[in-house]
Amino acid sequence: MTNGVIHWFRFASPQSFYPLAGRMLPWFAVLAALLAAAGLWIAFFVAPTDAQQGESYRIIFIHVPASWMSMFLYVVMAGWAGFGLAFNTRLSSMMAHAIAPTGALFAFLSLWTGALWGRPTWGAYWVWDARLTSELVLFFLYLGYMALHAAIDDPRRGDRASAVLALVGVINVPIIYFSVQWWNTLHQGASVSITRAPSMAATMFAGMLVMALAFWMYSIAATLGRARAIMLEREAHMQWTQDLKEAAR
Amino acid sequence: MDAGPEGGGTVNWGSTADFFAMGGYGFYVWGSYLVTAACIAGEVLFLRARRGKALRQVRAEKGRNETAA
Repeated sequence: MTNGVIHWFRFASPQSFYPLAGRMLPWFAVLAALLAAAGLWIAFFVAPTDAQQGESYRIIFIHVPASWMSMFLYVVMAGWAGFGLAFNTRLSSMMAHAIAPTGALFAFLSLWTGALWGRPTWGAYWVWDARLTSELVLFFLYLGYMALHAAIDDPRRGDRASAVLALVGVINVPIIYFSVQWWNTLHQGASVSITRAPSMAATMFAGMLVMALAFWMYSIAATLGRARAIMLEREAHMQWTQDLKEAAR
Repeated sequence: MDAGPEGGGTVNWGSTADFFAMGGYGFYVWGSYLVTAACIAGEVLFLRARRGKALRQVRAEKGRNETAA
């Protein structure tokens, strides 16, 4: 402690994590707002009109980042849930539950913007394509995770039951990702790959990355905010929450 | 559908009306962006309300402890 080493496990208790989360939250919120402003500027004023799709392609700047976030957040959520299940650490389970609604929101936005993009491009809002269907399953997994936890009176028992659901559901994430390769889908293949240059104009690619970073920062801020509320809710009977200055009347 | 920087405005849009029309895809593009913005704004409001409620819960527990003591 005296030699400048940060003891990370200190933050594994809600009591120490609550103020830390409160200090970090505004930074992530401000970063999210700045990145979103920059991303929207690129999306509408820098990126050129697409030669084939005209202006309808501009949906990509929220559709792809939202889809990425929905998958990524699920894996992080399942990771926290699994950690809570294995080590019985109460903060881990709280973090998993703090992520779920934001993940569900991005899964919904992925489906919603996909439908609005599909209609002018394919002529249909919805098709039972492997990519679309597996993303819909992801949305339902988020809802099922939240519903299962809400249905069990004891939050700690609910944590364990919903963690099992979250972990089983992880199998769906690679299915979504590889669906465009494994099945013959209407949905186009990956636009971004590590092994080859992006199949789009540099400005379009930049806009998508900046929007993805904005969603990322937003997700962190929303998760921290919700985790703080969950800590207060679950530990309202404990001394540390009652000693908080915001709990003074 | 060419991104020609003719006249004023920005590279993409000749006028504000052009911007809102989105080359005829206004419904789809704005339908995507506005719903995304509404969802995020909704989540932020929801989180604020949840925090307020949680703090009231803490105060209620505290009051119960103080009267019991």
